[in-house]
Amino acid sequence: MSVLVNKSTKVICQGITGSQGTFHSEQAIAYGTQMVGGVTPGKGGTTHLSLPVFNTVRNAVDQTGADATVIYVPAAFCKDSIIEAAESGVQLIVCITEGIPTLDMLEARIAVEQNGVRLIGPNCPGIITPAECKIGIMPGSIHQKGKVGIVSRSGTLTYECVKQTSDLGYGQSTCIGIGGDPIPGTSFVDALALFEADPQTEAILMVGEIGGTAEEEAADFIKSNVSKPVAAYIAGVTAPPGKRMGHAGAIIAGGKGTADDKFQALEAAGVTITRSPAELGQAVKSATRW
Amino acid sequence: MNLHEYQAKALFKTYGMPVPNNIVAGTPAEARQAAEKLTTDKVVVKAQVHAGGRGKAGGVKLVDTPREAEDYAQSLLGTNLVTIQTDADGQPINTVLVEETCNIANELYLGMVIDRASQRVVVMASTEGGMEIETVAHETPEKILKATLNPLVGIMPFQCRELAFGLGLSGQQIKQFTSLLTGLCQLFVEKDLALVEINPLVITSEGDLICLDGKINVDGNALYRHKDLQALRDKSQEDERELRASEWDLNYVALEGNIGCMVNGAGLAMATMDIIKLKGGQPANFLDVGGGATKERVAEALKIILSDPEVKGILVNIFGGIVRCDLIAEGVIAAVAEVGIKVPVVVRLEGTKAAEGRALLDKSGLNLQSAGDLGDAAQKIVTTVGAAS
Repeated sequence: MSVLVNKSTKVICQGITGSQGTFHSEQAIAYGTQMVGGVTPGKGGTTHLSLPVFNTVRNAVDQTGADATVIYVPAAFCKDSIIEAAESGVQLIVCITEGIPTLDMLEARIAVEQNGVRLIGPNCPGIITPAECKIGIMPGSIHQKGKVGIVSRSGTLTYECVKQTSDLGYGQSTCIGIGGDPIPGTSFVDALALFEADPQTEAILMVGEIGGTAEEEAADFIKSNVSKPVAAYIAGVTAPPGKRMGHAGAIIAGGKGTADDKFQALEAAGVTITRSPAELGQAVKSATRW
Repeated sequence: MNLHEYQAKALFKTYGMPVPNNIVAGTPAEARQAAEKLTTDKVVVKAQVHAGGRGKAGGVKLVDTPREAEDYAQSLLGTNLVTIQTDADGQPINTVLVEETCNIANELYLGMVIDRASQRVVVMASTEGGMEIETVAHETPEKILKATLNPLVGIMPFQCRELAFGLGLSGQQIKQFTSLLTGLCQLFVEKDLALVEINPLVITSEGDLICLDGKINVDGNALYRHKDLQALRDKSQEDERELRASEWDLNYVALEGNIGCMVNGAGLAMATMDIIKLKGGQPANFLDVGGGATKERVAEALKIILSDPEVKGILVNIFGGIVRCDLIAEGVIAAVAEVGIKVPVVVRLEGTKAAEGRALLDKSGLNLQSAGDLGDAAQKIVTTVGAAS
């Protein structure tokens, strides 16, 4: 078991003939992901990376039976791509693209909800179930099949979690990068609920950052709904207020969203916190007594 | 992207919202002429900088005569205004806004943001105008009235009325408020705003509503589709190094410490700052080289870090996913060759092509310390910089 994706997940790529789509689809195929096709309007009927290319997502899903789609199209066209995917019958949409206007995401999310589809991202590394299915831009080689569920707002910090839990021999059940935008498709709470229900996941490592209140909501959820051990780190203790730290969502605004508030909320919910990003694996160790 | 008050008010006017008559002046003479043209007995002269807290910093003044407007403009223009929201250098005053005055009976607050918890655009209104809204929200949250926009239909008149009655408005003011807020919501959505604040929204002694101040922040990700707003960007208000970084697609934020950081990924960049602090050092900056790091951009990033005279050491922390560590190594070597780095540098490379990258650095003969994990890297730079100073 794992969450959301596994070896039988069939994946298509929107924007497959672009440079990003091409590079990461090649990597996904090499990792063993079941890539079954791609979408580039106007290039339907051709073949790319030995995969059939379709003009529309609906065509691609009808022809290949895809369960999931990954989006590598430029930010300006993502609202359209996400809504097209949501209305085409896939169960899972992973949007990697960074820089989508917030109001576009607000509308796209509504379409996703109306269709009962799960969206991961945008502005995220994607999702991976080690040794089974990699959808996104993470380096496959650092992952190890195992028992820690990882959920994070940041890309490279997720890799840090993966490396540290691999080094300790725990491995990962599934890693979900929920992304650094103010309006993500999947929240910490969504991911925590999935991990709690997954038998393969024995512990959860969550990495948050400054901005918003998603970590506080996660803390509330953990208190009453999560029985598995949870370890957590929040990035941005040293970030000054009012400054956007790279991610559109990482900003302390109006005195809200500080790392200290989030650490406190999580600690009060019984989560094992670490203030050092070098001790993410150790935090899992002390949370689980492994 | 932030707008100036005068730019925000011009947008308000376009959307049918009431603002005082005003004229922008770039010279003292223009300020005098503006004061002559305006019709109220007194006029107000306001320094145009992006930062808030202008009034308390001496950037706003009520004047009696055009001559006085000229003198005051003379004293402001070409200087920097330091407010509680700026750094010690402040922001340059290149223009002043000369504006008609009104008789203030009451001050309200009206603002709009994208609320992350509800994932909707939310209007906030309060009778506590003129105050810091964060303070009001913290101390008396019941004094903040809210309305959530239905994304399908936008703001509805009943929501405007609900807020208006909640604010204690009556008679014609209800209609004025409904028209004003409808315009504001239209502006917010059409121009892709991230935040707008009218503080204060004034009720005059004649009973009319008027927007006395205006603050707008535009969603930077949406600027590509607003040519008109792109033209409003005032680069003089931005930090010089942050501006230079943005031209190279680098995310840089200046901080107060002395250990420069170059990292890939925003989360890891923040985490790197945090661990430097945890080990007893002080980070000098946030810098995310991003996913598409090239040799040139890495070299430029190092040059920007070094342009801060406080920097006494640099920590390079790269976890290669898309970014290849060998390219980062080449960039570091190129930067050293071009500018010459005299401060100690600790480099931690992990992930894609890390071994190749480390080999390149070792062969380069440069004075670089390589580090294993994140904890080791932070400890090394903090110890090295601490020992030097």
